[in-house]
Amino acid sequence: MAVQNDTLLDINGLKMHFPVKSNGLLRRTIGAVKAVDGLSFSVKRGETLGLVGESGCGKSTTGRAILQLHRPTAGTVSFDGTDLTKLKGEAMRQMRRKVQIIFQDPYASLNPRMTVGDIVGEPIRVHGLRTGKEVRTRVEELLRVVGLNPYFINRYPHEFSGGQRQRIGIARALAVEPDFIVCDEPVSALDVSIQAQIINLLQDLQGQFGLTYLFIAHNLSVVKHISDRVAVMYLGKMVELAPSKELYANPMHPYTQALLSAVPIPDPEVEKQRQRIILQGDVPSPLNPPTGCHFHTRCPIVIDKCKAEDPPFQDYGGGHFVACWRATESQEQMNLKLQ
Amino acid sequence: MAEAPLLEVKNLQVQFKTADGVVNAVNNVSFSVNRGETLGIVGESGSGKSVTSLSIMRLIPSPPGKIAGGQILFDGDNLVDFSESEMRKIRGNRISMIFQDPMTSLNPVLRIGRQMTESLQLHMGMTPKQARNRAIDLLSMVGIPAPDKRLDDFPHQFSGGMRQRVMIAMGLACNPELLIADEPTTALDVTIQAQILELLNRLKNETGTAIIFITHDLGVVAGMTDRVIVMYAGRVVEQASTNELFHNPRMPYTIGLLDSIPRLDGIQTRLTPIPGLPPDLLEKTERCPFAPRCDFVQEQCWSETPSLRQVAPEHTAACLFEIDREQRQAMAAKKIAEEQAALDAALEDVLAHEQAS
Repeated sequence: MAVQNDTLLDINGLKMHFPVKSNGLLRRTIGAVKAVDGLSFSVKRGETLGLVGESGCGKSTTGRAILQLHRPTAGTVSFDGTDLTKLKGEAMRQMRRKVQIIFQDPYASLNPRMTVGDIVGEPIRVHGLRTGKEVRTRVEELLRVVGLNPYFINRYPHEFSGGQRQRIGIARALAVEPDFIVCDEPVSALDVSIQAQIINLLQDLQGQFGLTYLFIAHNLSVVKHISDRVAVMYLGKMVELAPSKELYANPMHPYTQALLSAVPIPDPEVEKQRQRIILQGDVPSPLNPPTGCHFHTRCPIVIDKCKAEDPPFQDYGGGHFVACWRATESQEQMNLKLQ
Repeated sequence: MAEAPLLEVKNLQVQFKTADGVVNAVNNVSFSVNRGETLGIVGESGSGKSVTSLSIMRLIPSPPGKIAGGQILFDGDNLVDFSESEMRKIRGNRISMIFQDPMTSLNPVLRIGRQMTESLQLHMGMTPKQARNRAIDLLSMVGIPAPDKRLDDFPHQFSGGMRQRVMIAMGLACNPELLIADEPTTALDVTIQAQILELLNRLKNETGTAIIFITHDLGVVAGMTDRVIVMYAGRVVEQASTNELFHNPRMPYTIGLLDSIPRLDGIQTRLTPIPGLPPDLLEKTERCPFAPRCDFVQEQCWSETPSLRQVAPEHTAACLFEIDREQRQAMAAKKIAEEQAALDAALEDVLAHEQAS
């Protein structure tokens, strides 16, 4: 569907630091985990923005900070012109109708003591969208939309498989007719044969209801498939953001290049010929991130400047943003390294 | 191959007693692993791939589980008949296993060194000092920096990737002939997964250990294995060399799996998922277990359980019919075209209606 050129969500300088307290009596703050450290990006109405990165890079925290499930330490989250970080009470509650989330774990995100009808019906009642018997009719309609039999309305979550539960979670998110949904790893807990069903469902719903998605995942193949644009995060910062095709065809940040080369491809002949960029070591602790560019400790083409100065997140043309001092020469340098 | 296979599983049958009845987790499974070969077992949750590997190690909790039939011939001996003390001499020594989650499979209150030297002292009769030196060698072999110091650390002091390296080092401690790797990289990030897969490939070439690689990730299978078996509902439904399986899949389930994953190097506008739900193992009927989800299902599929038959040289599949990937893709394209036509027709109807009024 056509992506309209207006911005639905605009994030500026978002920081989310979690204080670390000492064990003593005073519980003094002795540091902070910088889970998200200065993110700026925007999401256009009707598009899907993919957010990828490894565990601990802050991608889920970003999703939660947008929904104000965590109150950000700094920065603004402007949704349709309103800054969500300033909202409180009733105004916030009203905004929650517009912004919803689908969680990763379909086992933990549904209350086991509530029936499907109650789970999906609760947000409808809370927001007063329907009353009395209409709630049930609406729930049945929603179940049908996500591909479940409305006859299941009185069942409990444990009676469903993982894929079906994820459908219930999607129905719950849709119940309040949102504009924007944060999909936080919606398929990674599901079996391969079920993942495709849920991905197709999400795409269908987007077309049907004109939804905008922030699609958070660690699986780069899935993100490429579903997203219009993709952002790559590393240790609380965005290192690259580009239209999906551009990012996968022409990755400019060494981390993105390594990430893409690490993804196994289901074709034995392709696998045999591939040259992998294997990153050494682990992701450093966000409690005490490296100076300069956060990636410099693992970067195969690091230069002295990277250790001292944090590279700016800069547009290299066509909406291809990269935060790397060597962005324009990184592919060439990486190839030299491989030989 | 003239040489007898290292491991031969014949008609393995594993059952679990549950409150709802007997579950046939593994149903008449047969396969073999040659020396030095890497065999991939692919399947989704509940397909019986982990139960198969646990049976080889004789680690099925009993009760409720039990090996109800079949043979597991390891180097000519039937492991099913082995006593617990005989098995203990095999486990960790000639066959070892690495698990998906290294945090839960290492003992959190013992130092890594203690856990690593245990099997060395037990199986190889090493003195504590020899065992410690060997453990240091093993840790440096799997790429852990400062191994002599890290031996005195506890598991929680290692990162996920490092813990998996420790597990691999422990698995290889006694130079096993067979290493069973049960989803060894599933819990890891993709860059760490790449490190571990590279490590396993290097170690395989250095030690010549045969590996059974269990995973649900077809990409990992493509890069790691020589041969693949695909399991569904406790049965082997397809078996072929890795190249053959990916280029000429013949079981509709395998074809469905390959079509339902997005590829990093391809452009698909829409995935073709396998419809329906994973199978219910409690159900006991004589039919193809995949029939309810199959696009090509026919009358006959509902009345008999297809057994593996040869569809190409060294390639067997459990399907009664000759079905290949092109057919499924043609079918999917037809379906999409039909849906589109129905939509167009509906739209025209609406337009005609509007014009009329």
